[in-house]
Amino acid sequence: MKSSVITFPGSNCDRDMDVALTKFGFKNKMVWHNDQELPKSDLIVLPGGFSYGDYLRCGSMASKSKIMNSVINFAKSGGLVMGICNGFQILVEAGLVPGVLLRNKYLQFICKNVHVKIDNKENTFFKNLDKKVLEFHIAHNEGNYFCTNDQLKEIEDNNQIAIYYCDQNGNTNDQINPNGSIKNIAGILNKEKNVLGMMPHPERMIDESLSGEDGSIFFKNLLNNIK
Amino acid sequence: MMEVNEKIAIEHGLKSNEYKKICKLLKRTPNITELGIFSAMWNEHCSYKSSRIHLKKLHTKGKKVIQGPGENAGVIDIEDGDAIVFKIESHNHPSFIEPYQGAATGVGGIMRDVFTMGARPIANLNSIHFGSTQNKNTKNLLRGVVHGIGGYGNCMGIPTIAGQTSFDRSYNGNILVNAMTLGLVKKDKIFYSKAAGLNKPVIYVGSKTGRDGIHGASMASASFDEKIEEKKPTVQVGDPFTEKLLLEACLELMSGDSIIAIQDMGAAGLTSSSIEMASKGNLGIEINLNKVPCRETKMTPYEIMLSESQERMLIVLESGKEEIAKKIFDKWNLDFAVIGKTTNTKNIELFFDNKQVANIPVNTLVENSPMYDRKWKKSKLPKKNKINKTIFKSLKIKDTLKKILSSPNVCSKEWIWQQYDHTVMGDTIQKPGGDSGVVRVHKTDKAIAATVDSSATYCWAHPLTGGKQVVCETWRNLISVGAKPIAVTNCLNFGSPEKEENMGEFVECVQGISEACKYLDYPVVSGNVSFYNETKDIGIKPTPTIGGVGLIKDYKKMITMDFKEIDNIILVIGKTEGHIDQSLLSRIILNENNGPPPEVNLFNEKNNGLTLLNLIEKNFIKSAHDVSLGGIITAISKMCIKGDKGIQIKKPKFLINEIEYFFAEDQGRYLIEINPKDLKEVSKILDKNSVHYDEIGKIIDKEMIIDQKTKLTIDELKSYNTNWLKSYMV
Repeated sequence: MKSSVITFPGSNCDRDMDVALTKFGFKNKMVWHNDQELPKSDLIVLPGGFSYGDYLRCGSMASKSKIMNSVINFAKSGGLVMGICNGFQILVEAGLVPGVLLRNKYLQFICKNVHVKIDNKENTFFKNLDKKVLEFHIAHNEGNYFCTNDQLKEIEDNNQIAIYYCDQNGNTNDQINPNGSIKNIAGILNKEKNVLGMMPHPERMIDESLSGEDGSIFFKNLLNNIK
Repeated sequence: MMEVNEKIAIEHGLKSNEYKKICKLLKRTPNITELGIFSAMWNEHCSYKSSRIHLKKLHTKGKKVIQGPGENAGVIDIEDGDAIVFKIESHNHPSFIEPYQGAATGVGGIMRDVFTMGARPIANLNSIHFGSTQNKNTKNLLRGVVHGIGGYGNCMGIPTIAGQTSFDRSYNGNILVNAMTLGLVKKDKIFYSKAAGLNKPVIYVGSKTGRDGIHGASMASASFDEKIEEKKPTVQVGDPFTEKLLLEACLELMSGDSIIAIQDMGAAGLTSSSIEMASKGNLGIEINLNKVPCRETKMTPYEIMLSESQERMLIVLESGKEEIAKKIFDKWNLDFAVIGKTTNTKNIELFFDNKQVANIPVNTLVENSPMYDRKWKKSKLPKKNKINKTIFKSLKIKDTLKKILSSPNVCSKEWIWQQYDHTVMGDTIQKPGGDSGVVRVHKTDKAIAATVDSSATYCWAHPLTGGKQVVCETWRNLISVGAKPIAVTNCLNFGSPEKEENMGEFVECVQGISEACKYLDYPVVSGNVSFYNETKDIGIKPTPTIGGVGLIKDYKKMITMDFKEIDNIILVIGKTEGHIDQSLLSRIILNENNGPPPEVNLFNEKNNGLTLLNLIEKNFIKSAHDVSLGGIITAISKMCIKGDKGIQIKKPKFLINEIEYFFAEDQGRYLIEINPKDLKEVSKILDKNSVHYDEIGKIIDKEMIIDQKTKLTIDELKSYNTNWLKSYMV
């Protein structure tokens, strides 16, 4: 399977994503933001980082990059696109997934392990996963997901919420919500379910020596689903 | 242009005799640009004029040292053609004025020092010190500094893997922010700042030059022109995004063979970077200041040379490589300008609007800079306190432990390090909160451990002992995670060198550091000195900060401090004599500040440490932790909390009472966890190496029981330890 990771100026998880994809069997290519065309890919990843320093709204400058026209077309034609952290913010700014990402509720950058509940397995990213709760890792300052009530109703009706912050037993409540996200939303899909934006970094959980191994489960499953 | 005289020189921070020396060296009066350059090169920060004579005594050589002090950073060999570049630096004064930007640019500056040498930064650390928690500024300063460190490091995508935070009244008017960075480089791809060759193009890359951080700006406004409103504040403003681009662009250019020499523009900006490159290459340098990319209009030569705008580099290129280099910097949207060339004049010559505006022999700025052998006062070892033993009898272990675990200098610093990205780059295998931070060497079995420490109270009580102790503390932190200590970097934070007491503290701390480094074969490879940490005549406690770096050959053998398995046995390595003076117990429970710090026995340090490494190598050690502030019981509590397991403790039969035994801060000690079946073999190795040890207890479930009398649950320990800082910062 072929994947492409886009590097924007200020991306800093591009290498980590490359390492993870390659480890689990993707043939990965790094793509420069100023390129016009995407290599042939089964999966496009927008990695984490601080594209353009996050000096405007996070992700807004990158969402206007040259390569993003191709990414948008790729997504509209049904191609799989995944945005992690800053990549999620770029997807939101590009209008590929609904909602916005605000500053964390406690106004602090937060870096720690979290649990996420997978509620929705009718998509290529999470289908066939045995586990209902995974341990992922977050590291962000603007991960507080927000949308209007109408939008929320729409995404709930369309089953677009991919993952929720939860405790290790899968309970979602305010206490374990790390950033103030509405409904504890950690990741969201587009209507067609081929675009996923999420704040947690599965690529940081791919080795027993790191923060954990649930990222490995995610990537192995993803590869199998694409095959 | 205004006339220069002694008064203006003094306003630039030069002394009268220094100004006379400048005129004598030049055989004329300098113009204002030249005076600015001299004042920047001859100030304490750049010239080390009060410290140089003593820094020469540091132990800086060793088999693993590739580059010692004198370059942008130190370099050590970690085998297989790999090397680690590292350094620590202070950003104390700006962080007090503007905590966010001061701390942020401190982090930015030290990372530049590391990637200037061709190394990709792989880890950041920091040591930060604040005033009393009762002081009204402390909270805001802490919040600002932590945001600044995170703001810069997180954006760069470099994990912050360890650190140290302390609170002490002596920092009320002068906080300390010391930032350390480690980078990874191939041994044959290290870049240096020594220029070579004539007529080689001198290149300016990175951000544009603005009026930020201009040296002497406090007085410059009124003296040099009347347009005060044009001057920006003197604290530099960091732009981590540009630095990230600069990092990638520099490493891309470094992968080829275009660069002869490279130097980042840190303190004293274009002045010190150009002069250092010329000086090291024994060359001259010619710069056309009209070519320097400027952020603001009508900048004068004086301002351009003294600006401390961040995220800039100066490069001497191979002739004919300009186009290749320009293409890379264009790709990363960074400024690129050929601003001059190397010459054989051995002078720095500056041109502006087709006129020569400065012409100074390079050696007058560097070799002939002032060096002082300042007066200093030797400290006597204080007499031991005679503490009435009945006081100990009145203390309950449980209450005392609660107070110590929740005290500002011992409590968990999770509130701080959760704001730092410590997992980016995907190689962090030991996070903050352990004895050392550990990162893997990407795509290898090796890992690098790093730690940063200081013990101002010990140094204040007796500088010589304190200096030794800090070095040993970092050595133990590295050993505790299973790393072989290799080398250190030091950041020497002191008060005014013009006072005999402060200078004495400096001289004796340096002597202590040197003795310990020499004995442990643990050389100093880089560092910096920060004097004048004082406000209204009140100086800080002497605070030499040591950053230690070690190697773990097989990262799977790394040790952590969390208790692993019920029924395993806990041993205390090293002898407990009951030293209470200057301990946390003494200061916060007994309210006693006198007496000597614990004695440092270098033989025991080395012997205990190397023996423990041997046990780790043989896979006997399940968890380990060094004993430091708060003594054995504090160290055990942390192992319990981390492992979520309890311990049944039986105090060995000693003459000293239990309070002394549990809270004493004797040096050279560790706690180790071993499987009962290994006890015989482990004892044999310890005995054979003459290492003193005591069996102190065994791991049980969820409770700490001391001599069947005192009982605490792990949840109690946790809440004492984790709640203080969070509730303080709310």
